[in-house]
Amino acid sequence: MAEKPRLKLPTEAKKGEVIEIKTLLPHIMESGQRKDKDGKPVPRKIINKFICEFNGKPVFTANLEPAIAANPYMQFHAKVEESGTFKFSWTDDDGTVTTAEEKITVT
Amino acid sequence: MRLLSRRTALALGASSAAFTFIGLSEDASAAAKEAADMMAKFTGGKTVQQGKVSIELPEIAENGNTVPLSISVDAPMTADNYVSDILVVADGNPNPGVATFQFSPLSGKAEASTRIRLAATQNIIAVAKTSKGEFFTSQKLVKVTIGGCGG
Repeated sequence: MAEKPRLKLPTEAKKGEVIEIKTLLPHIMESGQRKDKDGKPVPRKIINKFICEFNGKPVFTANLEPAIAANPYMQFHAKVEESGTFKFSWTDDDGTVTTAEEKITVT
Repeated sequence: MRLLSRRTALALGASSAAFTFIGLSEDASAAAKEAADMMAKFTGGKTVQQGKVSIELPEIAENGNTVPLSISVDAPMTADNYVSDILVVADGNPNPGVATFQFSPLSGKAEASTRIRLAATQNIIAVAKTSKGEFFTSQKLVKVTIGGCGG
């Protein structure tokens, strides 16, 4: 079912630094455009929302459409002023939410 | 389906393939219109200025199934002047919507990268909205050798 997301971000940063965050969730991202071998459309099943929060405050949100390639990859930035926790969540069309957390120490 | 003879099944397949083909060419112009509608809805009829937004895409995408896309907006990203939303549309896909990115001052940079699917050679259009209610746009043509919507 839900696969483990992959995250890449620094564990330490200086106050006020803008860090780069890369995330990837293994997922089929079935577009709903494809047909199976009997000609029936394959139902859409995609990650439709990705959210990144830092200490409960929104950093980056993406509303995704079927045009996002399989294994949705997101690269974005965050400005860190204090130590804390990044929370990531991916929402599937079927309602499943995959979450991940990563701590960062800011000096 | 099991009751069909192989010949009928083939004939059916061929005719439905022909219909799909016609359907696709209609979809293309419909998609461009739908893309324009999405942008109009996003901007709410406000004036959209050209520039500030840069779109990074390969000029020729050999495989439309996964095309790297990077969007960035030249903005200070301070608490009172930042890019709040970016709408990305592809005017030649069956569904023109690609993604909407939402930023906050905590984002630090108005920049996002992902990988997208493209059905055919088409324009990628990005519209950015700032916290002051200004809109900026930019577009880029990408040539696609093999489409990526399962067609």
